Amino acid sequence: MSTYLTKRMLYMLIILFAASLLIFCLYALTPGDFITGNIKLTAERKAELREIYGLNKPVLERYGTWMNNAFHGDFGYSLAQQKPVLQLFGDYIWNSFLLAAVSTFLTWLIAVIIGVISAYKQYSWFDTLVMIAIFAAMSLPSFFIGLFLIKILAVDLKWLPPGGMMTTGSNATGFAYFKEVVHHMTLPVIVMTLLGLGSLTRYFRSNMIDVLKQDYIRTARAKGLKERKVLFTHALRNALLPAITLVGFELPALFGGSIIIEQIFNWPGIGQLYMKSFGLRDYPLLMGFTMFLAILTVIGTLLSDILYRVADPRVRL
Amino acid sequence: MEPLMNIDRLSTVFFTEDGKVTAVDEVSFSIREGETVCIVGESGCGKSVTAMSIMGLVEEPGGKISGGSIDFRGEDLLRLDKNTLRSIRGNEIAMIFQEPMSSLNPVMRIGEQIMEPLLVHLRMNKKQARARAIELITQVGISRPEQIMGSYPHELSGGMLQRIMIAIAISCGPKLLIADEPTTALDVTIQAQILDLLRGFKENSGMSILLITHDLGVVAEMADYVIVMYSGQIVEEGGVVELFQNPKHPYTRGLLKSKPVMGQRLEELYSIPGQVPSPLALEPSCYFHDRCGHCMDVCRTRQPQLQETGSGQKVACWLYEEAEVYV
Amino acid sequence: MAADSRVSEITAPRVNLRKSSLFRQSLRRLLHNKLAVAGFAVVLFMFVLCFIGPFFSPYTDNKINMAMMNKAPNLQHWLGTDALGRDILTRVMQAGRISLTVGLASMVLSVFLGALLGAVAGYYGGLLDQIIMRIADLLMTIPSLPLLFIFGALLSEWKIKADYRMYIVMLMLSMVNWPGLARMVRGQMLSLREREFMQAAVVLGLRDRRKLFGHLLPNIVPLLIVMATLNIGGAILSESVLSFFGLGVMPPTPTWGNMIDAANNILDFQERPWLWIPPGLSIFATVIAINIFGDGLRDVLDPKQKR
Repeated sequence: MSTYLTKRMLYMLIILFAASLLIFCLYALTPGDFITGNIKLTAERKAELREIYGLNKPVLERYGTWMNNAFHGDFGYSLAQQKPVLQLFGDYIWNSFLLAAVSTFLTWLIAVIIGVISAYKQYSWFDTLVMIAIFAAMSLPSFFIGLFLIKILAVDLKWLPPGGMMTTGSNATGFAYFKEVVHHMTLPVIVMTLLGLGSLTRYFRSNMIDVLKQDYIRTARAKGLKERKVLFTHALRNALLPAITLVGFELPALFGGSIIIEQIFNWPGIGQLYMKSFGLRDYPLLMGFTMFLAILTVIGTLLSDILYRVADPRVRL
Repeated sequence: MEPLMNIDRLSTVFFTEDGKVTAVDEVSFSIREGETVCIVGESGCGKSVTAMSIMGLVEEPGGKISGGSIDFRGEDLLRLDKNTLRSIRGNEIAMIFQEPMSSLNPVMRIGEQIMEPLLVHLRMNKKQARARAIELITQVGISRPEQIMGSYPHELSGGMLQRIMIAIAISCGPKLLIADEPTTALDVTIQAQILDLLRGFKENSGMSILLITHDLGVVAEMADYVIVMYSGQIVEEGGVVELFQNPKHPYTRGLLKSKPVMGQRLEELYSIPGQVPSPLALEPSCYFHDRCGHCMDVCRTRQPQLQETGSGQKVACWLYEEAEVYV
Repeated sequence: MAADSRVSEITAPRVNLRKSSLFRQSLRRLLHNKLAVAGFAVVLFMFVLCFIGPFFSPYTDNKINMAMMNKAPNLQHWLGTDALGRDILTRVMQAGRISLTVGLASMVLSVFLGALLGAVAGYYGGLLDQIIMRIADLLMTIPSLPLLFIFGALLSEWKIKADYRMYIVMLMLSMVNWPGLARMVRGQMLSLREREFMQAAVVLGLRDRRKLFGHLLPNIVPLLIVMATLNIGGAILSESVLSFFGLGVMPPTPTWGNMIDAANNILDFQERPWLWIPPGLSIFATVIAINIFGDGLRDVLDPKQKR
């Protein structure tokens, strides 16, 4: 296990290193920067600022500096916000996490329940309906369904606020604050849950169908166990096992925010921060964000692998 | 001896993509208390489906019991509601399967799996169930039962797992144990041990066994009464001694001939020519006619009925009906 | 138990019959799946609507008509008109041409790249395999949306003519999509290589190219067809996201994605839903139909693979 881990970690580092170089070069290739876009500055001031931020140096040298700083835990300084990138992440990431965690939890819960029932009643009208719903959820353009629900539930029916995390100008505290946030996050959570539900329900359904065909399910029935026990103890345990690998893959989604949803719902998360910075060409932040996601992806993959080995009694470490 | 179970004209059908298949076709037989009944036949003859029908585990919507009755201690199993049937399953009628390796849940500990029927049917508490489970593991001849309780199935061998399956099956003291090819997947030496174990429990507890096998060696060793099935029907049945000494149906004869006999070396082992007919294309005829060496015109057009012959055997073959009428 | 009821299949005795009978068998089973047939019908309908529909529309010239600005759906303009008085239905059909073309073309390119690189990596192994798969790993490590955004921004900054942008968008989408496909094809190759018929091909002394293209690739064609079908849906969705955020295909070339951009205008969003709901529903209908059809195809062609 330990040699395996060392090998994996080493490979991870190399991939991340290569990814960082690629991302850096891509951003550097993009003409224009934060200073060019600022029309308030004079030409001299622009040159001066470029000098200060090192933007006039060759790409590779800049990359070297960036990498060196990154190794020392410094992911740069946002030019637009005038704050360290890491501090900005700290400010925004929990808003993203709140949204992602609640919707991920709901997605898994609903997906498991529907998946199990649908598999148990395979080919019934309920199952057909679920299959169609699964495909519908998988085929939704995320931004469109977001806009569509805002239009209906917020604009027309006025049941829910159309966006943001708080009502503008509100300074509620305590329970009132909590209530207001919940009220605001309902719509984005619904959309995110809807979007995630399709593939996950399908995954559990097909896992369950496979498991239900196994000999040990027949044994459990032959023992005279209640059907509920057969399904939720004997079958579900086996169907959930491979899903543990998915937990790792959820990692980037949990902390990386959702660019599209946060943008549509004006949610002050890390994804919206990215979109805002993208318009301003705030490279240190863009670079930091993209690298952050890449790191989460790589760690998530490793985590999945380890979790699977831990969870399945058949896989020896 | 009283009959424990009386099966009358049981039929089970499956609905496949290509049409309806009658896997069990009006099969009738009975099992007496303390008796071992063996069902023999090639794969696909409907013997496993018969067992699953008795257990009430024919999978819907693909399969369905289409007729007949299964009388067990005065009640028709086919007419019982789901809950009553479930309280009989694993309790009064238990079953073990062909593949011990895949028949136990891979992510549950052995102990938990043995305790389940005890908790459900005998309403023991966890502590009692645990003690009883340990006892059962010892009874099926496995040492260090405490350690086994905490193991997962993949940590044990096939023979051990089949012993565990037996322990689960006998845990509630069943009246009838259905064993579907219990030794087929095991090594020859282990096979004998498992059969010994089954015979031992049978003798001690007086339970009946319905043993399903294609292995005539197993039949000779275990059976009191033998049922030969072909294409979903019983073609011959009788006491084990009579049947082995005086097989009537050409198919039974073929089966016995194709078994190697100690001390007798042949150039080539006999094999019955041809294949089991497709269950989709069955015409009214003796289903064995195109493989039979004694095929007559009547065999191609009419189905022979199961008839008593003199020696207490029953056989479904035109050879004997004709013989009785004309000779 | 299931084995007992299984019917032994009678296979066609003559070899040259086998190919067509396999195809016909698959087709028969596909036609049996009502959902898949319905999916195919919708896909076909969308294609016919978008590619032939505009010929029957009196509004194809996109002339600016001040008298007909921002009209709600009515008898002349079934889906209403936009701020320039253009007919929305006609726009949706014209946009569909672009969106469907981008989806199809980027699928062809991704599948071509993915299959070729994956097959080469899986077949030759060694250094070539290492290089290809490491590049694939790299591209899969970088999250695809930011990657697409960077590409999109590069396009904007390089002032690429709007007409050409759709071709670049196709390229971008295939760049993001091929690694997953390559990885899968490679896995298939590795397992196929060990199978008996390939060892027979080695014994026969066939050339590499013959082995690769004559024996191995045909065996993964069913898988590729399925993946390709499902890929179109994904590509149409990605294109719409990019175009919605103004990083994909830009007006005046209409796509479903950039038509929904109207929703970014608060007045259009709240008061004139006919501007952005029809293109959104078009995306949804097309993608769901493709996905359902693709899933039906998978059941028929590749029954082992479920997810």
